[in-house]
Amino acid sequence: MTDDPEDRATPGAGAPIAEHRTRTRETIGILLTNRLSAFGLVVMGLLIFTAVFGSMVAPYDPTSVDIPARLSGPSLDHPFGTDNLGRDVFSRVLAGARVSFQVGIVAVGISLTMGVVTGLVAGFYSGAADAVLMRAMDMLFAFPAILLAIAVLAVLGPGITNAMIAIGIVYIPIFARITRASTLVVKEELYVRAARSVGASDLRILRRHILPNILAPIIVQTSLSLAFAILAEAALSFLGLGVQRPTPAWGRMLAEGRDFVNQAPWMGIFPGIAVFVTVLAFNFVGDGLRDALDPKQKSVIESRGRAV
Amino acid sequence: MGRYLLRRLLHTVLAMLGVSIGVFLIMHLVPGDPIRLALGTRFDPEVYQALRSRAGLDRPLLAQYGTWLSHAVTGDFGVSFRSGQPVGELLWQRLGPTATLAGAALLVALSIALPVGILSAVWSGSVIDRIATALSQLWVSVPDFWSGIMYILLFALVLGWLPASGYVSPLDDPVQALRHLVLPALTVGLISGSILTRFVRSAVLEALNQDYTRTARAKGLSRWQTVRRHVLPNAWIPIVTVAGLQLGFLLGGVVVVEVIFEWPGLGRLAYDAVIRRDYSLLQGAVLVIATVFLTINLFVDILCGYLDPRVRRP
Amino acid sequence: MSASEPVLSVRNLTVEIGTRRGTARVVNDISYDVHRGETVAIVGESGSGKTVSALALMRLLPEPPARVGGRVLLDGVDLLRGSERELCRIRGHRIAMVFQDPMTSLNPVLTIGQQLVEPIRLHLPLTAGAARDRAVEMLHLVGIPAPRHRLDDYPHQFSGGMRQRVMIAMALACDPEVLIADEATTALDVTTQAQIVELVAGLQDRMGMAVVWITHDLGVVAGIADRVAVMYAGQVLEEAPVDALYEDPRHPYTTGLLASVPTPGIDRPHRLFAIPGLPPDPVALPPGCPFWDRCAVRGEPRAEFTPQPLRPVGSDHQVACSCAGPAARHG
Repeated sequence: MTDDPEDRATPGAGAPIAEHRTRTRETIGILLTNRLSAFGLVVMGLLIFTAVFGSMVAPYDPTSVDIPARLSGPSLDHPFGTDNLGRDVFSRVLAGARVSFQVGIVAVGISLTMGVVTGLVAGFYSGAADAVLMRAMDMLFAFPAILLAIAVLAVLGPGITNAMIAIGIVYIPIFARITRASTLVVKEELYVRAARSVGASDLRILRRHILPNILAPIIVQTSLSLAFAILAEAALSFLGLGVQRPTPAWGRMLAEGRDFVNQAPWMGIFPGIAVFVTVLAFNFVGDGLRDALDPKQKSVIESRGRAV
Repeated sequence: MGRYLLRRLLHTVLAMLGVSIGVFLIMHLVPGDPIRLALGTRFDPEVYQALRSRAGLDRPLLAQYGTWLSHAVTGDFGVSFRSGQPVGELLWQRLGPTATLAGAALLVALSIALPVGILSAVWSGSVIDRIATALSQLWVSVPDFWSGIMYILLFALVLGWLPASGYVSPLDDPVQALRHLVLPALTVGLISGSILTRFVRSAVLEALNQDYTRTARAKGLSRWQTVRRHVLPNAWIPIVTVAGLQLGFLLGGVVVVEVIFEWPGLGRLAYDAVIRRDYSLLQGAVLVIATVFLTINLFVDILCGYLDPRVRRP
Repeated sequence: MSASEPVLSVRNLTVEIGTRRGTARVVNDISYDVHRGETVAIVGESGSGKTVSALALMRLLPEPPARVGGRVLLDGVDLLRGSERELCRIRGHRIAMVFQDPMTSLNPVLTIGQQLVEPIRLHLPLTAGAARDRAVEMLHLVGIPAPRHRLDDYPHQFSGGMRQRVMIAMALACDPEVLIADEATTALDVTTQAQIVELVAGLQDRMGMAVVWITHDLGVVAGIADRVAVMYAGQVLEEAPVDALYEDPRHPYTTGLLASVPTPGIDRPHRLFAIPGLPPDPVALPPGCPFWDRCAVRGEPRAEFTPQPLRPVGSDHQVACSCAGPAARHG
């Protein structure tokens, strides 16, 4: 029952968690009133729908070759034209959404898990663990993102799974730094010290008291990282190191389109727009989330309305 | 300042050591025999043995690392598995083009970001601010490999104003060099500029909301006098930090743009090394880029320490 | 100008601020006069609008979102109608301000000397050298030891109290007619508070400026003010000479405030008093008396309280309360 001493001693800890439900509602409210992030949410919904059901909606099989119809411009039959093998660009763009999302979500999942765990441990325990872990993060941070991904792929070999791992590794340090910084602040809060004083285990404190209260910046970063990851996947596939033939991927289509940019610009224009719109949507949502969740940013906006 | 410098220096050295271990291990983490892979169909037992002992792959790991590092420090990165040329020489040739592109792109980025970011912050909420914010938000999301191709399509193929790709050294022909530089520098600079614009805006906005800004206004300074004398000197610190990060990124992270414009830079070299499985070349390229990146960060930290009297004179 | 002409006259000052939740009425029709050499204290709890009203009369509020109405006459010239250029010539020269937090009010990347010379060069016809001398003189005046050597130091090399002295030196550098001290001692420890209060009082004797002292601390007020205006929910509820206010407070809010101040040396028979409840939300100000919800002596239903004008209840004593008749005594 509630004889657990900690449960009785931590009414203060209940407050921030209970606050969460109303805050979630408030956050969604703010997101929807912000026109840009509302737009981002709608586009994101459409893209997810495309990623899941795209193959059913697509007018053609994205991999079916039709040499006689090759390099034909946008028309009613082929709204985005056809490529050098006569494949329907529209169907391929729809199909490309799936790979982009797959890679993006798995890669960010890797960065998120590894980064948050690293940051929590470094921030919570300080001292030697902190020093070692954060120096390791510094090391990863010493490479420009795309170069690090390429170097990882050089070792692992090209391919979609390895691209996910490579991109995942690249964005670990960002999550680690954000998590560590927030943990350092939250662990000094009264409710954490209260929980500790009644003998709650470290794991319990981390899970019950710290993690729920540092979610805001992590959520914001997740949305922004998804944008970066999708961009990175497209870049790697463009370079031929990510998704391999014949799977339709936006980056690959762009690379193929590059050779025909003079004869058939639509081969490159449409997959590029697809990447652009996807990244834009995630950025809009990320910015909206930051306005709604991040108290520091919020204070900057509101201080202008609150008389210094 | 002394202690601060020392600490930053120590961090940089530690990070470099870590990086060097990581880079060294590339050769050993590659599944299979890197030299056999590099030689591929041109396999020749004699060449193979020569390369193998030149790379020191037949000795214990720690000894290999020690030798490799002591050579690398002096600029000797071994020879390319593919061409047999010294890696250091190959890297040296690429430094010029990369520095040119990075410098030009940073120039484009700063000449957009500084005025637009500052105006946006001072007139925050105005029409200008909203347009600037929207544009920078759009441009942050533009994939460089796409906008690069679009520029080639428009300015080189359709309008024929500029060459589509390639590099000309400014020492050979300054005019042609500039013409070749415009498109890649714009491709990278516009994206980098919109990232910087957002940071400049928020740094200036942050300083504008500080108490000392109010004090300055209460002393009778006009809005722009306040911005010039009180806001900017504070905003420089975060701006320099981010601009430094961007420069580091430009010096090695524009792989895709270098590939599109056939620009013979370091990023392109690293990419070629991966494609040709030239692992000794890859090691050299990655190590140099990371070193440049860390060195720039160190300089930025020193500069920020100099800009901030709380660090300079504790 | 005769002694009876106020140097600063605030008339019907209102400040509204647009927020996400609606329009906040932060300052509601306040008026007061400050005469030459006089110290007027504006007292109220945090959120009562006293700081905003001070910023508004200096035109330092960002407009929008703020909207400022009424008149602020400095020697008969309305600051609220002046152009930004005219105001830049007046601010820091004829009317100056010292802020609450000396830790953040000085620019961390400029030396004390640079910050001190700035208003002098801006407003007075002095050469760089002469301005520097003046800066040294001001630092000396506010009691900073070895002022010439400290000009090139940065704010973080000074203690909190010393920084507030620098702020005062900066405010007084151009010999203003009015000094506004906004919670100037709040962020300091008690000993330092007393020193700063004394310093300003001494400087006032020497330089003859009028002082508007904004504070929530009635203890500070008793020592230095000539007159006191009590603010609540953006309104002045009572205004009186300091002795009259302490001896014969008429507004129930003033009574409550005085009862909540610990008086050293006096044994109180009862515990310190705390006024129950919270001030009203400025976005949804109730009609009528803003203090009604918390008032201990309210008699009638609120509907009968119309917005209360200040009315005289004694010589130079005004109060905005319908139950505070001449005979009414509380506390």
